[in-house]
Amino acid sequence: MQVLIAAILMLALASQMACAETIYVSNEQDNTLSVIDGQSLTLAGTIPVGRRPRGIGLSADKQKLYVAVGDDNRIDVVDLKARKVEGSFPSGEDPELFVLHPDGRRLFVANENDNLVSVLDIPEKRIVTEVEVGVEPEGMGASPDGRFVVNTSETTSMLHVIDAATLELIDNVLVDTRPRVAQVSADSRQIWVSSELRGTVEVFDAGTRESLAKIGFEVPGVPRELVQAVGIQLTSDGSRAYVALGPANRVAEIDAKTFKVLRTYLVGQRVWHIALSPDGKRLYTANGNSSDVSVINLAGREVVKTIGVGRSPWGVVAAP
Amino acid sequence: MKLLLALLMVVLAGPALAQEQSIAIGFVTQARDPIQPVSPLDQDIRDEGIAGARLGIADNVSTGRFTGHRFTLVERVIAKDAGPEDAIRDLAREGIRFVVADLDAPRLTAALSARDADRMLFLNARAPDDALRNESCRANLLHTIPNRAMLADAMAQYLMTKRWRRWFLVTGSAPGDRLQADAFRRAAARFGAEIVSEKEWTFKLGHARSDTGHVTLQSEIPVRTRAADHDVLVVSDEENEFGDYLSYRTAMPRPVAGTHGLVATGWSAVSEQWGATQLQSRFEKLAGRRMSAVDYAAWTAVRAVGEAAIRAGNSDPAKIMAYLRGPDFILAGFKGQGQSFRAWDGQMRQPILITGPRLLVSISPQAGYLHRGSELDTLGFDREESRCRF
Repeated sequence: MQVLIAAILMLALASQMACAETIYVSNEQDNTLSVIDGQSLTLAGTIPVGRRPRGIGLSADKQKLYVAVGDDNRIDVVDLKARKVEGSFPSGEDPELFVLHPDGRRLFVANENDNLVSVLDIPEKRIVTEVEVGVEPEGMGASPDGRFVVNTSETTSMLHVIDAATLELIDNVLVDTRPRVAQVSADSRQIWVSSELRGTVEVFDAGTRESLAKIGFEVPGVPRELVQAVGIQLTSDGSRAYVALGPANRVAEIDAKTFKVLRTYLVGQRVWHIALSPDGKRLYTANGNSSDVSVINLAGREVVKTIGVGRSPWGVVAAP
Repeated sequence: MKLLLALLMVVLAGPALAQEQSIAIGFVTQARDPIQPVSPLDQDIRDEGIAGARLGIADNVSTGRFTGHRFTLVERVIAKDAGPEDAIRDLAREGIRFVVADLDAPRLTAALSARDADRMLFLNARAPDDALRNESCRANLLHTIPNRAMLADAMAQYLMTKRWRRWFLVTGSAPGDRLQADAFRRAAARFGAEIVSEKEWTFKLGHARSDTGHVTLQSEIPVRTRAADHDVLVVSDEENEFGDYLSYRTAMPRPVAGTHGLVATGWSAVSEQWGATQLQSRFEKLAGRRMSAVDYAAWTAVRAVGEAAIRAGNSDPAKIMAYLRGPDFILAGFKGQGQSFRAWDGQMRQPILITGPRLLVSISPQAGYLHRGSELDTLGFDREESRCRF
């Protein structure tokens, strides 16, 4: 009996630990972040930030959240314990998405209005270099091995690969129309790029930049034009990829080995960016037009909760 | 010295020396009187169209840097009363195969009949005439400006969504006003609206900006807008003669829609969705004013050629033309969906904005207007209705 109670207690504790994460969502039209408690899956707070917050990302020690506030031309730094903005970095004009390099001290920022990727030194709080890329730079990704950084330019429709040491362009690859997000796989060997208007995800060999696969999506009852590909999340074990399908209001689950679409989940309207929980068991989606976040239980293959947030949620991260 | 020279050459050549391909795009416009502002809030526009094309070429050039394409824009302005034939011949002599036409329908037709024009591809960025997409269509003519039927259908879908189905149609006396009114009649029949009353606007208004202008308008317009009960007054006034003065002065308290009031248009400075903010701010930086629907059509035309050249991976004009018209072409036009050309009449299929004077109201096609192919083809002339025979 005692053993049983202990087991139940441990189970309860384990399930609590599994969901101890906190989810942060940037609300583009509200100039706020919504804070969601991962255990109760309820709104736990709202943090005012600068104007037009979009890209968000955690600091290396996971104690701070960086928020690109495009209309204020800077990156706000939010202290997650105090839940308020404690300072900011210069970012170049109109920052949209950024990525933290694995070295923990450099942020690579896409400046949408200036056709630049700015490299920000965090301790020094200054931009050390600018890399010229195509028109309307957007997606940013870094290879976990730290060797390269990737960027997409929406209007030029290119994937730009930047050497993280020399900060020079290694390659520019034409991809499908209006590329949004670029992600590097956990083993640093693949680059995944989503195309909003073609509604595809293309996978490239990171070394040769050769195309390994192009994945299309079909959603019954949704016109082809509205099946668009935006946010991408790759699991750390390399088994799965999740892709937000924008105004198709779906998230697709892909076998990352065979590149086959396994299933789609119905979520809120115009799903934009998505985030895996730190334990990889849940997926959180920012739904721009319905102003809510959907929570997908990946093992159970179902959407378990919808949580109202601010207006036009755009970016989402899950912090341990 | 030799080293310096070598260095200079490298600098001049840039990264794409190896197999750089050149694509020159012609732009033909005609001298026009400056647009008379109606409201003191209106901006002075003297470079409508060409400013859009210049932004388009700048966007193409930025992309071409990475793909080894060199894009240039060759501008030709024809005199106010002159024909376009000489300009077209000049462009042909320079080897130009793509021409963006910022011309009205008669001059566009004359340009298409000029010598050597049949070897060129024209992209119409100004003339909204339905006939150019039907009886007068050409195999070497594409349209990036929406035609009148598309605009009327987009408006009709929105009005029907609102259940404002009884229309009072008021039409100006310019030829374009009558053609746009025809398009509204066609749209009413297609989507189930009823035109309960029609009036032609034949008299000149006292000038609203003179000291007593508003007094005259206030007494004249109620008299001229008496009609059978209706849900909405649909106005057709392409020349901006009277449309702006109707709102708030009509005999009955009804909204004004059409060419004024609530407007259906290919582009408007009020749009900031679907990434439009970026295009709007790029344009304002370049032109020092807001982007109009003609600017947008010119930008779209130049970008379409650029996109096709880069995707076709080739500077062979025949290949670029084939790609433009083919099933794989899509252009990102900041309206939420890829835009492409209809195979049957060369019209660019695109969402149409429904706008008020200060904000975006909606975008058509409206939800529920289904189509077995693209829902964008519920606007304008669908394949079965087209009278175009290439």
